[in-house]
This record gives sequence, C-alpha cells and structure tokens, in this order.
Amino acid sequence: MSAEAIRLDGVEKSFGAVRALAGVDLVVGVGECLGLVGHNGAGKSTLMHVLAGALAPDTGRLTVGGIEPKTAWSSASSQAAGIRCVFQELSLCPNLSVAENARIVHGALSGFGWKARARTLIRTKLDEIFPGHGINPDDEVGDLPIGKRQMAEIARAFTVTSAPLRLVILDEPTSSLDAVTAEQLLAYIAKETARGTAIILISHLLGEILSASDRIVVMKDGKAVAARPAKTFDRASLMAAMGSDLNDVAVSEQLRPAPKPDAPVVVRARPSGQGAGSELIVHKGEITGLAGLAGHGQTKTLLQIFARQGAEVDGPMAFIAGDRQSDGIFDLWSIAQNVTVRSLRSLTRRGFVDPTAEAQLARTWRDRIAIRTPSMDNNILTLSGGNQQKTLFARALGSDATVILMDDPMRGVDVGTKLEVYAMIRAEAAAGRSFLWYTTEVDELTHCDRVYVFRNGRITEAIDAADLSEQRVLQASFAESGT
Amino acid sequence: MTNPRLLRAALPFLTLAIVLAATFYVQPRTMSYFGLNLMLQYAVPIALATTAQMFIITVNDLDLSIGPFVGLIGVIAATALNASPVLGAAALVACVLAYGLVGALVHARNLPSIVVTLGLSFVWLGIAVMILPSPGGKAPAALKALMTVQTPYVPFPILAAVAIGVIVHLALMTTSFGVIARGAGGNPKALARAGWSMLRTKVVMYMLAGVFGLLSGLALLGLTTSADAHVADRYTLYSIAGVILGGGEFMGGRVNPMGAVVGALTLALAGAFLIFLRISPDWQIGAQGAILIVVLAMRALVTYGEKRS
Repeated sequence: MSAEAIRLDGVEKSFGAVRALAGVDLVVGVGECLGLVGHNGAGKSTLMHVLAGALAPDTGRLTVGGIEPKTAWSSASSQAAGIRCVFQELSLCPNLSVAENARIVHGALSGFGWKARARTLIRTKLDEIFPGHGINPDDEVGDLPIGKRQMAEIARAFTVTSAPLRLVILDEPTSSLDAVTAEQLLAYIAKETARGTAIILISHLLGEILSASDRIVVMKDGKAVAARPAKTFDRASLMAAMGSDLNDVAVSEQLRPAPKPDAPVVVRARPSGQGAGSELIVHKGEITGLAGLAGHGQTKTLLQIFARQGAEVDGPMAFIAGDRQSDGIFDLWSIAQNVTVRSLRSLTRRGFVDPTAEAQLARTWRDRIAIRTPSMDNNILTLSGGNQQKTLFARALGSDATVILMDDPMRGVDVGTKLEVYAMIRAEAAAGRSFLWYTTEVDELTHCDRVYVFRNGRITEAIDAADLSEQRVLQASFAESGT
Repeated sequence: MTNPRLLRAALPFLTLAIVLAATFYVQPRTMSYFGLNLMLQYAVPIALATTAQMFIITVNDLDLSIGPFVGLIGVIAATALNASPVLGAAALVACVLAYGLVGALVHARNLPSIVVTLGLSFVWLGIAVMILPSPGGKAPAALKALMTVQTPYVPFPILAAVAIGVIVHLALMTTSFGVIARGAGGNPKALARAGWSMLRTKVVMYMLAGVFGLLSGLALLGLTTSADAHVADRYTLYSIAGVILGGGEFMGGRVNPMGAVVGALTLALAGAFLIFLRISPDWQIGAQGAILIVVLAMRALVTYGEKRS
C-alpha cells in the first residue's frame, strides 16, 4: 500500500487561449487533509474537475495509490477509485429525495430493498457529521434550504458502499453552512483523516484552512506556488502567497466617514415573523448588516423589502442574489447583457434599446469593477465564479437604484475580489447609496454601520458598529436556543 | 407543509372524480359496467401513449411524434403483421429501435427534441400513408379479443389503466434504475459526474417510450379493428396534456406515472362528457381545452399555496 492517495505530475489544461492549469504537481498522502487556496481563476476548480475525471488533462500523469490507472481517466473510473467530490455548485438532483440522491453515487445501491439501505446509509452519515441536522432521508432535495442541501451533499460524499473511500474533495463546503454546522464538519474532517481518508479542502475562509489542514498548497495562475505544512502559515503569509495584500483593508477602513446620524430614513421594515418588536431601519448612506445563523429569515426579509410588503422604501431598489446560478445570472446572455438588464429602461431610445449606450454602460462597469474578460460580449459562463458575481454587482450598482439589497453575495468568492467589492460598497455608501447586506461571514459585518441579528425569522438584536463583536453576534444568534 | 403537497398529489384524482361525477349526473345510465366500459375503452391507448410521453418528459425532452407513431404502429399491425407475422413483428421492433436511435441522436448532437420529433412526426405519418393510403387493413384477431374482453365486476379498461399505472409507478418511482432516469431529468450534470452514461439513460427512456407507443398502437387497433394512418394524430397533444394533468412538469424530471394515467382517463372522460352535453363537435376541442385550463389553473393555485406556507 502506497502512502500516496493520489499524485499528479505536470498536469496542464487549456480552454482555448486560457491556460487554466500550467503544469501542476500535487501529492495527497493517505490520511492527509490538504488545504488548497488561491484566487478564483487560479485553477483550483479545474484541478478538482481533473481529479474527479470530469475534465481530461491535456498533458500530465495521474497515479492513484501509486498505480497508474489502466483505463482512460473518467468520472466513472474516478468514482471506482474511491474519489468523491463536493463541487462548489451543488450537484444533487432537486427532484429526488435525499436517499435517492445517495443512490446516484452508489452503483451498489440496487436490487431489492435498496431504498431502505440508502436511507440508513445517508441517515447514519448525517447523524455522524451533523448531529441534530433535522434532515429526513425522504425529504425532496428541492424543498430543503440551501444549507441543508449542502449538508446532505457533504454527507453523501462520505458514505461508503462497495468502493473504499480514498479521497474526498470539498470545494467551498461551508459556503452555505452556518457557524455551528461548519464547525461540525471541520471536526469530522479530523476524524475521517484519522481513518486514512485523504481530504482536499478548498475554502476562501482562511481560518478554516489554517485550522483544519495538515498541509497547505497555494495556487496561482494555474500553478502550485507554495506547499508547506499548515503550521508554518498564518493568515498574513497565506494572503501574501496568494498575492493579495491585507493592508488594503486596513487603509480603506479609515477612509470612510461615518454616515450622518440625521440622514433621512430610506427603509423601514418589520420582518413577517416579528410581532410588535423592533423594526429594521436603514438611513441614507448606511451599510446595514443582517446576521445570524443561515436560514433564519434574513433572505425572506430582504425579499419582503424588495417586494415592498410590510416595508416602506424610499427610492428604487436592486437585488444582488447570492445563489447566482439560479437567481442571478442569465446564462445564455453575454456579460454586457447581464450587466445592463437592470438598466434597460434608461437605455431605451424611442422604444428600442440603444446599443451604443448599452455597450458604454457595460464598458464603464468592466473598468470600474475590474471584470476580467477580453470582451464584454463573451458569454457570462466564460467568467470565473468571482467575476460572475462582480457582474451582478455591476448590474445593481450601474442601475438607478439607491437601495441595494444583498443576499449573502460573497458566497464562494475569492479574497481579492472580496476586497475590491468591499471598497466599492464603501465608496458607494459614502456617495449616498444604502446597503442591506445579509452575510454568513462574521468578518463582513465589520463593514456595516449597524447589524441586525436574526433568529427564527425575527430580529433579536440590533448592534451598532462601535459595539460589534463576534461574541455578541453569536450570543444574539443562539440566545434561548433550543426553544 | 405536507398538506398542500398531498393536495397536489391528489389533484389528478380529484379532477377525475369531478369529471366522473359530472358525467354520471348528466347521463346516469353511464353508471354501469357497460356504460363505463364504453366510455373508457379508448382511455387505454391514450394512457399508454401518455406513459410513453412521460418517459420522454422525464429526461426533459418532448415527443411531438407520438401520435403519428401510434398511427404507424396500427397500420403496420393491420397489414404486415397479418400478411407475414415474422416480417410484421420485425417491423414493429424496428420502430422501437428507431426511437432509441432518436434518443441517441438528440443526446449526442445536443439537438432540441421538439424539433427532431416534429420532423419525425411527418416521417412516421408518411410511412404510414405509403403503407396504407386509405383506411383499411384488419386487426389481428387476438388483439380484438383482448381489447373487448369482458372481465368480471370491473370493466377491462379500468383494470388495464390501474395495471399500467401501478407497473410504471413501480418501475420509475421505486426501482434504483428509476432514480437514475429521474435524476437525468433533475440534474443531468450531476448524474454524469457520478459516472452514469447520459447517452445510455436517454436511449433506454426513448426506447421505453417506443415500447409504450407500440402498445398504444396495438391497443387502439384492437378497438378500431381497422387501421388509419391519421387515427391517432390527436394523441400527441393528449399525451402531453395527460402528463401535465397528472402532476408532471416539463422540466426537472418531476413526473407522476399514476397521475399520468389518471390524466389520460380524465381526458377520455371529458370527451364523453362533452358529447353527453350535446356540445357541437365544432366546439368540443375548445371545450376540452377549457377543461385543461381550469385544471392547470387549480394546480397553479395549489403550488402557489405550497410556496406561501
């Protein structure tokens, strides 16, 4: 038995002119948790797709457990070799139950009584990883909130039937999980590696990477630029290796003047679950955070405000979706069309869309928000995830909206892009726009002037920027928990 | 949470019950073994064609050629199958294989199934007209006997419909293959990543559709006793309407085999009901469309309620 779970030598992959992988060497040892970090577009996702057999590399060699696979590397042979993937975009079938989705990845779950075995298999694993998960194996996946869907998918990746588990790739596994379930997952990763399973963990949350991994590989421009034990890294050195600079944040923090306390109120809302209690109030030029555990009514409140139901809003609104695959992008349209769709009314001349003005608006925003593409006329799907999200920001910020609603928009976005967008949000707020920002990352709340913490569809606490601490947000999220 | 979902699953059955009750009210004499038999006998081929359509809809495609295909099967069975059983049977098997080939083509070339099957509908019709330019031919005696069999207590069409619904439900909703088939409609990319061949899944589903189209053609021939290339032209729309009435959706692999059969029964009954109301044939298609719209509006309301709760 080799001490290597999987090994890549000089793997290259190009998409047209774009060189996604420029000769990657990667070794994952048995029972090792390998952290993989890098900007979006650094090639992490491509690398994972190669490992999973979904993409064939142009050149390079792949060995599994020290042995070169005999047949051509494909999704099926990758499965058979015990490699499982939790991809960034969820790969469950929404029309099937959780147990039936387990069947999809297990050829052995067939014949008489397969369904009972599938139920037990997935329930046992869910109980093991996420105690108190509240998922019934017979729940239809489409009915579950995104956090539970992600839990089901993670649990599914760790289930074992015929093929032994060799390597599990987790691509942004915690992007839709709240703090508690994310913690449960990290604890489970340690347990699973102790049993000899190798794990590749990709995350933009550096804290997660630093605490969970044994070794960290940093990718940049399609290459592995650094690979060292996790202990030798800290947040700053990881950021430095990835090529972004933490100092930028510190500088921009100082730059923004506090909004005037006497600014007019632009949003006044009461969440539908709220009784007589507190209202949500946003002043002009304020950045307002919505916090709390995932799925506790934040998104619902944003949608309610957007529909102006039980909410008074002064001025036009724009909504930035977090689930960009299903709610954000028009995937048959060009990048430019995706940017301008919110502003078509103002781009209309005599009943027709003015193509010059449209192209102008798209170009302006490409430059302002730095969407990395050779041409705005390319299809939106040619962009990496982070750049797609930037396009959604450009759509909202390029419109006439004065109130911007954001539904956890930084899900799975790389650090560099985040810093750019943070700066942009602050600049826009200083210019008089108001933001309502639901986020699952506590770090992001530091950008807010005021934070409302949600629990069970109600606001439990409003915290001003000066009093904000992670401790207080957590307390407000969990107070009276169990009721 | 469970209530609207249950309501939605029950909607096809409720619709059938309402149409049935209305028919009994307008024409009480139909409330008998003989009456039901007469009213529902054409529901059997429609249910089979609807099931065929459902297999295609399961994998996010649409078959606009099922009606002419059913007609073609009838024509072959009424001519070639009588003249030379071996040749006739071979021709019928070839028809089913052709369906599998269509599935492979649609998948491999990534073609819109609507366009491919719309074109094919003229091919099937053309072949049928070439074999039998004017109505004629003769149904094999065994088919006639089967379709007019007098079962005790419960009329044959009802037994047949229940059997079709139950068998297809077991196959598609409870077997491990059925999961793969429905998963192919729900998230084809995820299925491919899990190592399943989408090509194979599509070919199997198209061939299943071909088999049920074949059964539909034979059942229809057993009732009409002679063949006509155009006899089943309306089946294309009936089958789609049946699947949707039965709670299926065009995209996403959400289908309901029992519902589809019940939807087909409802459509067949609605036709009889309108005749009893003495609505002029000119208006019947419009009236049938109106019934469809009412039912679909009800479903939209239920779905809306489901979303709000």
